[in-house]
Amino acid sequence: MDPYLRVDDLRVGFTTTDGVVRAVDGVSFSVERGRTLGVVGESGSGKSVTALAVLGLHDPRRATVTGEITLGGRPLVGRPEAEVRRLRGRDMAMIFQDPLSALHPYYPVGRQIAEAYRVHHPRAGRAEARRRVVEMLGRVGIPQPERRHDQYPHEFSGGMRQRAMIAMALVNDPELLIADEPTTALDVTVQAQILDLLADLQAEFGTAIVLITHDLGVVSQVADDVLVMYAGRAVEQGSVEQVLRQPQHPYTWGLLSSVPSLHGDADADLKPIPGNPPSLIDVPAGCAFHPRCRYAEQTGGRCRTELPELRPAGASGHRVACHLATEDRIRSYAEDVARVGVAR
Amino acid sequence: MSESLLRVRGLTKHFPVRGGLRRAGLVRAVDGLDFAVRAGETLGLVGESGCGKTTTGRMLVRLLEPTGGSIEFAGRDITHAGRRELRPLRSDLQIIFQDPYASLNPRHTVGRIIAMPLEVNGITPPGGTNARVRELMELVGLNPEHYNRYPHEFSGGQRQRVGIARALAPGPRLVVADEPVSALDVSIQAQVVNLLRDLQRELGLAFVFIAHDLAVVRHFCQRVAVMYLGRIVEIGDRDDIYERPQHPYTRALLSAVPDVTRLGPAGRIRLSGDVPTPLDPPSGCRFRSRCPAARDRCAAEEPALVRRDGGNQAIACHFPESGPLGAMPANGTDAEVPA
Amino acid sequence: MSLSPVDGAALAEIESGGAAGAEAGVSRERRIVGRSPGQLAWLRLRRDRTALVSGAMLVLFVLVALAAPLIELAYGIGPRDQFQSKLDGFGMPLGYAGGVSGDHFFGLEPGLGRDIFIRLVHGLRTSLFIAFAAAVLTAVIGVVLGTLAGYLGGWLDAVVNWITDLTLALPFLVIALALTPTLTLRFYGQRDAVPPAFGIGVLIAIFAVFGWTSTARLVRGQVIALREREFVEAARASGAGLGHMLFRQLLPNTWAPILVSFSLAVPQFITSEAALSFIGVGLTEETPSFGRMIYQSLDYLQTDPAFVFFPGVTIFALVFAFNLFGDALRDALDPKSSR
Repeated sequence: MDPYLRVDDLRVGFTTTDGVVRAVDGVSFSVERGRTLGVVGESGSGKSVTALAVLGLHDPRRATVTGEITLGGRPLVGRPEAEVRRLRGRDMAMIFQDPLSALHPYYPVGRQIAEAYRVHHPRAGRAEARRRVVEMLGRVGIPQPERRHDQYPHEFSGGMRQRAMIAMALVNDPELLIADEPTTALDVTVQAQILDLLADLQAEFGTAIVLITHDLGVVSQVADDVLVMYAGRAVEQGSVEQVLRQPQHPYTWGLLSSVPSLHGDADADLKPIPGNPPSLIDVPAGCAFHPRCRYAEQTGGRCRTELPELRPAGASGHRVACHLATEDRIRSYAEDVARVGVAR
Repeated sequence: MSESLLRVRGLTKHFPVRGGLRRAGLVRAVDGLDFAVRAGETLGLVGESGCGKTTTGRMLVRLLEPTGGSIEFAGRDITHAGRRELRPLRSDLQIIFQDPYASLNPRHTVGRIIAMPLEVNGITPPGGTNARVRELMELVGLNPEHYNRYPHEFSGGQRQRVGIARALAPGPRLVVADEPVSALDVSIQAQVVNLLRDLQRELGLAFVFIAHDLAVVRHFCQRVAVMYLGRIVEIGDRDDIYERPQHPYTRALLSAVPDVTRLGPAGRIRLSGDVPTPLDPPSGCRFRSRCPAARDRCAAEEPALVRRDGGNQAIACHFPESGPLGAMPANGTDAEVPA
Repeated sequence: MSLSPVDGAALAEIESGGAAGAEAGVSRERRIVGRSPGQLAWLRLRRDRTALVSGAMLVLFVLVALAAPLIELAYGIGPRDQFQSKLDGFGMPLGYAGGVSGDHFFGLEPGLGRDIFIRLVHGLRTSLFIAFAAAVLTAVIGVVLGTLAGYLGGWLDAVVNWITDLTLALPFLVIALALTPTLTLRFYGQRDAVPPAFGIGVLIAIFAVFGWTSTARLVRGQVIALREREFVEAARASGAGLGHMLFRQLLPNTWAPILVSFSLAVPQFITSEAALSFIGVGLTEETPSFGRMIYQSLDYLQTDPAFVFFPGVTIFALVFAFNLFGDALRDALDPKSSR
């Protein structure tokens, strides 16, 4: 089956006073219907910029977007704004981290969702739109949807607002849902509810989901595939088992070992990645991760000069952008795990 | 048991709200807390938003005036102490904030920011303020040469280090850390947690560590108090809380934390709904509206925080549960998400 | 639906990259001395062409005003010298364009035959002095009241707000019209000669009394926003007193908007001074001023348009340059406020 969303060699650049910022620099991925891709990265890794590029939401006066994005067989990059806008909301929709800033405070929640519905269903009447919205509100687990329909965003709790955002995103039955840190602003118990809801809705509608997050725990729970981004590039890509169980890139190792866990030795020190994420204005030459990588010296300087390509590694579909030979990588990693317990 | 450095009894903070024509209400942000921190000990305060953990931290350093109860620090009652009475204690009691951007004055150099508690309290350390600032920067892993730079020239993780150095400047005995790592990137979070751990051990500091991230708290704290709607529902030694949680809320909270070591949706205890508003908390046990095990008694009678089995673990629940987390039966109260 | 969260997200990513960018520079020791926010604003200002042009014009105007006595000396004509011989029988200046010549750059006034150029130079001096003095006074009053009201809150805030509302409700023109002659009478009586300085002083006082409200409100708002910031809380938690809070923590973070409002208040006072002089309030006849010149020139609008032209263009250029510079200053101090 052809993937619903295919992104090929996506590049997004912003022109600033300090030069061109390459926020996304050659990223490729695809998502099939009914599957979830987790995009993981720290701030400045380009994960949100990638999502906005897929939705065609970058201001063409500030950003240059190149590469290919195909949605259900239709190319998106370079298409007129009006055409992309027709697809946005109907075939693809987005959930933001902060539902409060995405909902207008002066209009009832139901009316805002109805508006989103009627944009793509111009012949739908008021009553039909209302019926649809109430149905969606109930569908995302908002109790008393008839009453909630006429309430304002400030009358909703954080979790309810995020549910309303999901209802708004799904009101037109989109085939692709992009969720940018959908649970970061929520408490853990509410986060668990929202993640469950997304999984349920996906099972029912067969939606393709791109989940952008910094939280590897969230990815481990809901993603089928994982894309790890660093400084605007993909460093590791594969199924969730491959990336989280047999991680191959030193950055992924670092991420995994720096996350505190509820299991294992609580008295052991965490193993952070030294240094700070790089600036997009001034990305290190060669492999962008080399200044923070403890294996960079093993390749005799290649890491500092040559950009590593994303190459197949190990099992099928697993790809890694690292100069270390696969065997060396696995051996070094195993040694480190034995010595300092880098990852679990 | 050694002498407590900090002892809190019945600590309460109510915020009055005026709502238009409606009767003025009371937000019961913190409603009767009892706990103690010994010298050199780390106590974690965990809970979800609205549980009152931040308000508690603010009261401990006297940024907020408690409505009731008492705070005793180093044997002195500081509940309502004025600025002058607090003066001799200020250098013993410091706070680290969550937001590494908002917590540093953008118009001051980093050196000046770190020296602020010294300047304010008129302390001149042996060797001079400058030397002390450089020493502190070195201690928290910053280049001492950078003392005359401004906060905007530092990354989030480094700014948080500046905030830590500022708190350490007067040589405190107790540090209240309010979500010190939750605004940081994952890889930076671990650096700062390790730094705090090292400092705690090296300097023998006592910490009240406020966080919503249970995994971080587990790596930092010797004792943990779980808060819900302004009350402590469970308090005990770290291993008791994490390995043998007894309060249904603690158990739900722990099971809801997504863990990288487990793939796929694990056997979570699903709580229905959101935290109720502290303006109008449920009667009896405040957790009962979301509790999978709630019974009639829970609505009628508020459970007291009591020790069970003579151990160090105290639970505020009429029907505490025991046994390992994984063995919990999945509850059927998930009315929120229709199947 | 608004797309602001989208822009926000993209910007946030770039900015966080930018913050780390400063860090990358740090690690390579590219810059040894940090740049303060003020220095950065200065750099931005220097890159702005509008700011450079309008700033240069302002500097020129100020220099001319300061050097008025020197210019008078070099020019050889005083502001009160009359050249009746160069007027025709109807009192109109001889020659073209209102008597423009090598001796009289901008020609002569009809009727009294005074030199327009040197009167403009002195008028500029009067205008700028009144405007600057009034702006400084209003800024001082506004900052003091705004800071205290904002930081201390409570009854003080209520009183300051009340006075502000009262001041805003007073009709400026009516009071100015009623007050000035009354004051003049009160101090000098019917027959005494009124010295020019008195008129200037009255004008400045009127401006100060009516002009401080906007600054006070601005500063109060800023201080209230800052008061909740964590760096201010950090100082409070360390036991900082009122002086430290106001002068070390709060005021350094409010001078940017104060500066902007100052630079926009000056042109406002210039036009107000002209307007009041125009309707005959404030300055006496012998004090050279834009307003009085324009008032007199109106009688000759058809017969001697040059008399209107020169003062009109000068005041327009002055006010325009001030406003442009004020806007450029705002952009430089707070790059996020516009664009």
